[in-house]
Amino acid sequence: MSTPYAKLPAWADYGLIPLINLSVAFIVAGFVVMLVGENPFRAAVILVEGAFGRGTGIAFTLFYATTFIFTGLSVAVAAHCSLFNIGTEGQAYIGGLGIALVCLSLDSVMPWWVIFPIAIVAAAAFGALWGLIPAYLQAKRGSHIVITTIMFNFIAASVMVYLLVGALKPAGSQAPQTRNFLAGAELPKLNWVIELFGAKIRSAPLNICFLLALVMAFLVWLLIWRTRLGYEMRTYGHSPKAARYAGISETRIIITAMMISGALAGMMALNPVMGDQHNVAIDFVSGAGYVGIAVALMGRLHPVGIVLAAILFGMLYQGGAELAFEMPAISRDMIVIIQGLVILFAGALEHMFRPYIQALFASVSPKSVGMQAVKGTGA
Amino acid sequence: MAQAAIELIGINKSFGAVRANRDINLEVARGTIHGIVGENGAGKSTLMSILYGFYQADSGEIRVGGKPVSIHTSNDAIALGIGMVHQHFMLVDNFTVLENVILGAESDALLKSSITKARSELDRLEREYGLEVDPDAVIEELPVGLQQRVEILKALYRGAEILILDEPTGVLTPAEADHLFRILKQLKDQGKTIVLITHKLREIMAITDTVSVMRQGTMVATRTTKETTVGELAELMVGRRVLLRVEKGQSEAGAVKLSVKNLTVKDQRGVTMVDNVSFDVRGGEIVGIAGVAGNGQSELLEAISGIRHAVSGEVMLDGKPIDLTGKADPGELRDRGLAHVPEDRHHVGLVLAFEENENSILGYHDDERYLKGPFLDVDAIMADAKDKIEKYDIRPANPRLKTANFSGGNQQKIVLAREMEQDPGVLIVGQPTRGVDVGAIEFIHKRLIAMRDQGKAVLVVSVELDEIRSLSDRILVMFAGRVVGERGPDATEGELGLLMAGVEHQEAAE
Repeated sequence: MSTPYAKLPAWADYGLIPLINLSVAFIVAGFVVMLVGENPFRAAVILVEGAFGRGTGIAFTLFYATTFIFTGLSVAVAAHCSLFNIGTEGQAYIGGLGIALVCLSLDSVMPWWVIFPIAIVAAAAFGALWGLIPAYLQAKRGSHIVITTIMFNFIAASVMVYLLVGALKPAGSQAPQTRNFLAGAELPKLNWVIELFGAKIRSAPLNICFLLALVMAFLVWLLIWRTRLGYEMRTYGHSPKAARYAGISETRIIITAMMISGALAGMMALNPVMGDQHNVAIDFVSGAGYVGIAVALMGRLHPVGIVLAAILFGMLYQGGAELAFEMPAISRDMIVIIQGLVILFAGALEHMFRPYIQALFASVSPKSVGMQAVKGTGA
Repeated sequence: MAQAAIELIGINKSFGAVRANRDINLEVARGTIHGIVGENGAGKSTLMSILYGFYQADSGEIRVGGKPVSIHTSNDAIALGIGMVHQHFMLVDNFTVLENVILGAESDALLKSSITKARSELDRLEREYGLEVDPDAVIEELPVGLQQRVEILKALYRGAEILILDEPTGVLTPAEADHLFRILKQLKDQGKTIVLITHKLREIMAITDTVSVMRQGTMVATRTTKETTVGELAELMVGRRVLLRVEKGQSEAGAVKLSVKNLTVKDQRGVTMVDNVSFDVRGGEIVGIAGVAGNGQSELLEAISGIRHAVSGEVMLDGKPIDLTGKADPGELRDRGLAHVPEDRHHVGLVLAFEENENSILGYHDDERYLKGPFLDVDAIMADAKDKIEKYDIRPANPRLKTANFSGGNQQKIVLAREMEQDPGVLIVGQPTRGVDVGAIEFIHKRLIAMRDQGKAVLVVSVELDEIRSLSDRILVMFAGRVVGERGPDATEGELGLLMAGVEHQEAAE
């Protein structure tokens, strides 16, 4: 009686079940669309076409996805160490501060390929430091990380407002943002890649941060499953007592995991700041940190899943914007409802359909669910 | 034979793909004590949970008193006169006995009338069955044996005619267990029917009228207790012959490897759990620590292995002290040759969500053998895990399988393989065979004795008196945090039982 449910084959676990959950989410969303008097099928077509139909749409979808990959990875790294980092939002915001300092001081003297690596380091360092304080409080004082990281989001927001209406704002400007960066701090776009496939792009913010995000996804996989540090993080994440037994320092592992998580969150800021806006404006993170929680959960804390979930949320963002434009009855808030449904079914109710699927698998092909492997044969 | 109190006919139950019960047929005669034995995971608890309404059977029929019934919740079961005493008590610690008994059976919005009624009813029950419990005592102040009686009272108060007890003696001293058995016999004489789930075959022999054996989800046999033997039952449980007591030669004790002096440990609340304990363990001997669970053994093990802070005293490993501030690095102690098989393998000794190979390096993951720079050397880890699986006959032999999917015995073998293969000088083992099937017990005992014969110092803590007596060269008995006696391996169970119960009738013999 070790596990209540048997194992499913990997493709069903990671493919079929998320697909079913997603379908149910969209069916329910369809009813909501019907309720406001619109045709759900047309809405679905507009959503998908808006996200993937034209080159510009794809570029926007991937641009949003880039942001969510970073925040999703950030949440996942902490979660593997059983730390619920809700502070990704604030860490990304403060990461933007690091980028601003680098870009504002170097953009007139250096090309982008020099500034970019420096900015990566600065963003990661600032994000990591913003994660360090809650981590220290958790490790040394037992202050719960959920509480402290939420509070640090507010502190980050206030600090940034203070700086953006003060020290960082150009004299005489009315807008609470930094001056626009010069060409030296603008990252190359990736739109030409999509154009290679024949699609036309008018103007879209997709930039090389997308590639950086994919590299980071691979590095996170390497970290979690192939390094000693990742092993220690997972051990602590599953069982702090086992970690203590194994000689893993609680303080060290909490602080390390949170700093890596914060660094990834901070790097998220590169995408909108250097890749799109070319300045640091108030509230530029705009909830991406919280979306990262949903992305990480939906991606089952695995980098591949996170990339896919990030693209899904990118699609909802981009396609949702199109939808709100095309169907006046569907407002921005409706899009948030649809996103909420996706999170509900794919995240919170993830295991709702699992028992049925497993029963189905067990009756169709007992071997595929490892029947004979589950009970030890005595010994 | 008397009329059947319970009949289970063709019960099937699956969890996902796991078939926990297959075509179970069971008939329990009224007014008898019926034992159900089987290894862990054989499906005993599932079957009883179906009877008590926690689970629904996928198919099959339940008859109580000859009539087919459907039991969907535990309330249904109670209404049918079925009561259950769980392995882990379901009591509110800071309520009185009386309050616990009426919990869930209060008749009015105001408690007064329920309490008055319950008090007189309890009085009657206690007189009738010899269940002496003060109704106004607070649960947390009662010893475990009495808490268990409260559970029995609860069931009787609800009018139970059929009483199911799940592993009732796991937490009791031998004397308390004897008392429980007297109560059960008295209940039987009054016409109650009792179903006793246990894995302790001696208890089955001592008290039951009939016994049913389960193995891997099926009911393999039902015997009249008088006509069977422990050997036969063990064989039925495991499916092959087993040695119940391991053969071992004389020990050749060498130099002192582990020395504990005046060790005192307090728990988080400041209660003294280990009180001025001193003993030595020499190379080539197994020292067993007997005692009822909760008398400081766990804290002692944790202090020695550097996980728990000790208030005072010292522990020497090969003549050099161990840091007892609770900040000791267990990794460093491992390097010094101290291996520790913790009592709680589910939360401490293993990470159940890990693959088998990942657990086979837990605690030794800093070892260069398993690393390439900061990276894990996956090939080396896999090779090492396969090697251990073969040596320790861990089944299924799949290092990629999630640890939670191994049986208890095989999980314990994973821990033992990991710790023993490091070739430690001192091995400390907590509950070596808790929740382990009979077949694996034999294997584990043999391994521990082999360690001893290689000249290692082995310290075993166990609540199973049989195990302690069968393994140890010297037996220390712990009671209330103190070592209250030392005996040789030939000490009788009664003698040890008295010590375990805190009756010091003579000074500890050296």
